[in-house]
Amino acid sequence: MTTAPTSTNQSVTLPVEPEPGRRKLSTAKAMQEVISQRMTRDESVFVIGEDVGPYGGIFSSTTGLIDQFGPERVMDTPISETAFIGLGIGAAVEGMRPVVELMFADFFGVCMDQIYNHMAKIHFESGGNVKVPMVLMMATGGGYSDGAQHSQCLWGTFAHLPGMKVVVPSNPYDAKGLMAAAIDSDDPVVFMFHKGIMGLGWMAKNSRAIGAVPEEEYVVPIGKSRVAREGTDVTIVTLSLSVHHSLDVAEKLEADGISVEVIDLRSLVPLDRDAIVRSVTKTGRLIVVDEDYQSFGLSGEVIAVVAEHDASLLTSVSRVCVPDVPIPYARELESTVLPTPARIEAAVREAVSR
Amino acid sequence: MTLSTTPELTEETRRSLLNTMVLIRTYEEAIRREYYADKMPAFDIGAGLVPGEMHLSAGQEPVAAGICAHLTADDALTATHRPHHVAIAKGVALRPMTAEIFGREDGFGHGRGGHMHLFDPSNHFSCSGIIAEGLPPALGQAFAFKRQGNNRVAVAVTGEGAANQGAFHESLNLSALWKLPVIFVVEDNDWGISVPRSESTSVTSNAVRAAAYGMPGVRVENNSVEAVYAAGGEAVARARSGGGPTLIEVHTLRLWGHFEGDAEGYRPELKSVPDHDPIPRYRDELLQAGWLSTEQFQAMQDRAVEQVEDAIQFAKASPAPNPSEHLNYVFSEGVNS
Repeated sequence: MTTAPTSTNQSVTLPVEPEPGRRKLSTAKAMQEVISQRMTRDESVFVIGEDVGPYGGIFSSTTGLIDQFGPERVMDTPISETAFIGLGIGAAVEGMRPVVELMFADFFGVCMDQIYNHMAKIHFESGGNVKVPMVLMMATGGGYSDGAQHSQCLWGTFAHLPGMKVVVPSNPYDAKGLMAAAIDSDDPVVFMFHKGIMGLGWMAKNSRAIGAVPEEEYVVPIGKSRVAREGTDVTIVTLSLSVHHSLDVAEKLEADGISVEVIDLRSLVPLDRDAIVRSVTKTGRLIVVDEDYQSFGLSGEVIAVVAEHDASLLTSVSRVCVPDVPIPYARELESTVLPTPARIEAAVREAVSR
Repeated sequence: MTLSTTPELTEETRRSLLNTMVLIRTYEEAIRREYYADKMPAFDIGAGLVPGEMHLSAGQEPVAAGICAHLTADDALTATHRPHHVAIAKGVALRPMTAEIFGREDGFGHGRGGHMHLFDPSNHFSCSGIIAEGLPPALGQAFAFKRQGNNRVAVAVTGEGAANQGAFHESLNLSALWKLPVIFVVEDNDWGISVPRSESTSVTSNAVRAAAYGMPGVRVENNSVEAVYAAGGEAVARARSGGGPTLIEVHTLRLWGHFEGDAEGYRPELKSVPDHDPIPRYRDELLQAGWLSTEQFQAMQDRAVEQVEDAIQFAKASPAPNPSEHLNYVFSEGVNS
């Protein structure tokens, strides 16, 4: 319901995926940096959520922003997710560009109506007359014994419901560029960062959680996947922390003469269907590695993409997902259900044996 | 019965309030006529020129007229599944609104929304079919206005049943905490579909709930448009001057069913409902006081019929949306998935 544009960022064209350079950042710091850069030149961008102020976000997505921009633009909220996500929607409708944090994706149960019935549908219901340029970011994933209500990925649930772009970065470079694209987008974007890719000092991490990031602003276009590693024998289609595991497995299996291609989807909506088909056309073997629940989700969708295109391409199909149980607490149980490198490796060996 | 009138208003304001109420009623009667026109003899909810659920607002006109008299097109308003009265009072254009209700291409949403999902950006008007969930976006509109440093306000209209939803309480707390320029208007029409408020609500007045959030709360009895006008004026002035939110509950009347086709077998006072119709009552009060002539009232009605029938004709003449465009408008860039 914008009558006068308040956003000031529309005239700036950012470079698309420049060379990463040599400076290394954690994913968390890359996110903080790009939000800060956007807030600096666009008054309409603001951040709200629980503990995004002095605490800096429970998973360090907003560290330091309140020192730079003050409590007028970086606002802690009551534990009222319905109210503050809805507030983001209303502000976006009036031309602002809110970055709203839902602390854990698992918490969507208390506020989903604002997300899927309002944020995601207003543009459609209004026949394109009302835009909702809003980022809803949230932490996902497990692997540190946080139990069934704080360890879920759930991106398939959001992607199933029309009207939201769903972005899932795997590394600092992509996180910065995708967040820039998310803030720029005139559509609502759900930005899901796995805790394991943030490079947090207090959680075990893969070395890929820290990587080269340009200081300048740039965008990684939403909907474009990345070939994280080229290979010829088998295609792993994956995203987020599972990209790290898949790359580790691919490096290991190279010594055994197995060539693994790893596709990092980077977003579920839009889904880069062409890249999936292109890779499977080359390898003939498809493994989907997804830390979300197995049934009725991303893994089945990816396989359907290939099957609908040309089922005869597939000499082997499998998936490494969370079987259809809630995430268990005990370390021994949780590591059994997660898509660990051991499970991924077994799936690759099985695929190439066919 | 208590009079609807209060001493402070000018004759012109009184006639203007009545005029808004007459336009709304004329509109709802026409929509009702069109809704049933091709659903006879057997009622089929999905049939006809106006398909789907239809929640009409007859009887609740005083709320819309009294509150919206204080608003401009720059102020925001979020409404409910029963949105027509506040849309009309807010100044939403009848032609695109009616075309949307008929599911036509010239509707506000090009037929994607329907009667519960009307969006008029030029009036900052929107509505939602989910109980109490229209409140949080109103907070965001108020937040943007406050940030922009102007004195615009946002009104969130909802029913008394919504006051038992979490979204209601979260919104009251957050708006009071951040002193947002919001006016919460609760339309207490006694019924949450078929459940009377006595069986749904632990307090006799939702206005008392305002105290729990540190904001003023007022209950308007008797469906009096002038009392609504007075309460609305105070609340809007408070919001515009930086005084934060207000909760207003109006004891109003659902003259017809929850939705069309509702036989209202659960409603014991059904036969006497028309006796409480606020429009003839207010008309007669103004006539008796000499603030309105029968000629003036007739002119109001004639003008309302003219506007409403024009909108109905516009809707009927508008083309249906093109089925080949069924994927449009999911995203602004036209990419769907």
